[in-house]
Amino acid sequence: MLWGILAIIALAALFGLLLGLASVVFKVESSPVVDQIDALLPQTQCGQCSYAGCRPYAEAIAAGEAPINLCPPGGENTVQALADLLDVEVLPLEEEEEAHEGPIVAVIIEELCIGCTLCIQACPVDAIIGAAKQMHTVIESECTGCELCVPPCPVDCIEMVPVKQTITTWHWPEPQYDVNHTPAGNIFTTIDQVLAENAHP
Amino acid sequence: MSISTHIQRLWSFPGGLKLDGRKQLSNEGPIESAEIPHLLEIPLSQHIGHPAEAVVKVGDTIKKGQLIGHAQGAVSAPVHASSSGTVTAIEERLVPHPSGLPALCVIIETDGYDRWDSCTPLISMDDPQHKNLHALSAEQITDKVAEAGIVGLGGALYPSAAKLETARKKATDTLIINAAECEPYITCDDALMRNRPEEIILGILLIKKIVGARYCLIGIEDNKPEAFKALSDAITGYERAIHEHCEQTIEIIQVPTRYPAGGEKQLIQVLTGKEVPTQGLPMDIGIICHNITTAATVYQAVYRGEPLVSRIVTITGGAIKKPQNMEVAIGTSIREILDQAGWDKSRVDKIIMGGPMMGFALPSIDVPVTKATNCILVSEPGELATPPPAMPCIRCSRCADSCPMSLLPQQMYWYAKARDLEKIQDYNIFDCIECGCCSYVCPSNIPLVQYFRYAKNEIWDDERERNKANLARERHEFRQERLEKMKKAREEAARLRKEKLAKKKAEEKQKAAGGDGEKLPASSHADLIQEAIARSKAKKAQQQAQKRNTENLTEAQQKQVDEAERRRKKR
Repeated sequence: MLWGILAIIALAALFGLLLGLASVVFKVESSPVVDQIDALLPQTQCGQCSYAGCRPYAEAIAAGEAPINLCPPGGENTVQALADLLDVEVLPLEEEEEAHEGPIVAVIIEELCIGCTLCIQACPVDAIIGAAKQMHTVIESECTGCELCVPPCPVDCIEMVPVKQTITTWHWPEPQYDVNHTPAGNIFTTIDQVLAENAHP
Repeated sequence: MSISTHIQRLWSFPGGLKLDGRKQLSNEGPIESAEIPHLLEIPLSQHIGHPAEAVVKVGDTIKKGQLIGHAQGAVSAPVHASSSGTVTAIEERLVPHPSGLPALCVIIETDGYDRWDSCTPLISMDDPQHKNLHALSAEQITDKVAEAGIVGLGGALYPSAAKLETARKKATDTLIINAAECEPYITCDDALMRNRPEEIILGILLIKKIVGARYCLIGIEDNKPEAFKALSDAITGYERAIHEHCEQTIEIIQVPTRYPAGGEKQLIQVLTGKEVPTQGLPMDIGIICHNITTAATVYQAVYRGEPLVSRIVTITGGAIKKPQNMEVAIGTSIREILDQAGWDKSRVDKIIMGGPMMGFALPSIDVPVTKATNCILVSEPGELATPPPAMPCIRCSRCADSCPMSLLPQQMYWYAKARDLEKIQDYNIFDCIECGCCSYVCPSNIPLVQYFRYAKNEIWDDERERNKANLARERHEFRQERLEKMKKAREEAARLRKEKLAKKKAEEKQKAAGGDGEKLPASSHADLIQEAIARSKAKKAQQQAQKRNTENLTEAQQKQVDEAERRRKKR
């Protein structure tokens, strides 16, 4: 009896210790759900979701404070991916303005730039280079097209332009061959109709 | 003939199609030389990988074979002038690509002399014993291949030097030369084999030397008996050279004609029975595959010092008056070579670059011939079937039966349509070689291959976007960190400033308290205030005292004052 109790206590102590150690050794720094959501967001850091960036939005989604359809740059695909990840219903994208076709980047009209550095401060990904009273320029490959640099510019010298498609970025379109054709459902309707006609001559 | 074969039997690949080859249209005659046109448009990107960078300027006089664009990065190939003349522009022009988008080209106005730049062959032509071949190192040949801008001319356009270099480092024991040319209509490899078999054999020896392969197999479809004979004769002719340089001879093997036997993986399977692992390369199973035209180009680079500036193009189809093979300078407009071959413009149905199975309709005929142009097919109405509108999939599985890669096209079609990119990768879409067998057999005329190309592109696009997002995240986080640091630094500086100010004030107070620095901390707050009040009172009193200037007056002044007082009182 006594040995049994002792053995159980010893085992409990041992496993307790093991669990305690495991919680220290395999400690997870941040919520992995936030990371997973963040990985699906387009990282434009544009703030169109009303959060301060992609990660805060991810945190809000994880906390259940924000819906999944607030990200216009991500588009339907992001909503779909988030819905799959979180196992929630797909919501239609909330869009305030017309969606722009394809990716866009900021371009500074160099003749007009006065070198005020306001856009540099606004850029969330440090994609604008320049110094005070020196002309600024956008690093096209780093620009996420978030448009945050446009409003601060006092001389309106920043334009958002669509990324030019080249042979390397071009891709095969989705085949459109069967768009005008009778969809599968209609065939069955026809067969049903035929059957119905035959049944009631 | 002492050609011993270590190939005991042939294997086969799943699926595939028996197609009407229609090769006799163009494979009989000699290789004609196309005229050098007035203008050459040479695209700077004629290969997989980074485009070449132009090294010539507008107005430069250049010679044939001169470098005009040099390779950028590890996977890239240089571009050379294909005739002598003057560079008139370096600008975007329409190129033969299914997108119909322009790309950067060097435009050369030819002078008609077709003068070669100085060519430096590695081996002199008059070397009947092939002694010099011994002296060459693998690196030397690889460098020459890279310098000559040679790319995989079978259609992959992968820079050959990069491929050879990788094969040399890995253990590669079999070199397979692809001479199958399985796609209907195309006969440019056939023509090359019939007309220049020696060049091919010497080129193969060079490639073999680079990769250090023990075995060398040439796979050729059995619908090209003349080419087979020509190559066999050449192997016999070079028997001594071959024996001196290789442990094993070069074997030429006829494979049954069945599309797509010329697919790299299919040919390997037919010849060796080995299957290239999914998403792998032939190198993973110790095999390297090169196209027969590539071998001939390697010969030209090493023995003649000539870079890749021209290629053989099949001009064929029902609307061509005299279907033939032409050696065309790269950059020649397709319109010019069609004019030279003669075409009936009233009977033209489609103009396709490549074959009917894997080629694409040209966006315009004012595009240049590139390293990729193996065939221009100009069909007449009724020659090539125009697929009627697609019908729903009836799941007959004919596509799966015909797939040479043993994939399940009907499933992949389903997921491509639903844009389920993860699921479609589970069905190994990246093993699809886009041969078009599935689309060909589909009774519902579903453009399956187009769906697969679309899905592959979407997957690549997604990956590109993800990479971009990751970069943006990294940069954003770095920026946040930097801003945080800057904020902290500012706060720290403000705190220091405050402290300094407080210290300074305290010091001043000490001085004001009469330098009694030691006593100050002991004296209470109230005392300090009292002291200050006393100080200010004393000061006030002093000031008031100073204000009264009626004291210390002289007698005369006093008198005046008294008189004034009296006058005031009188009034």
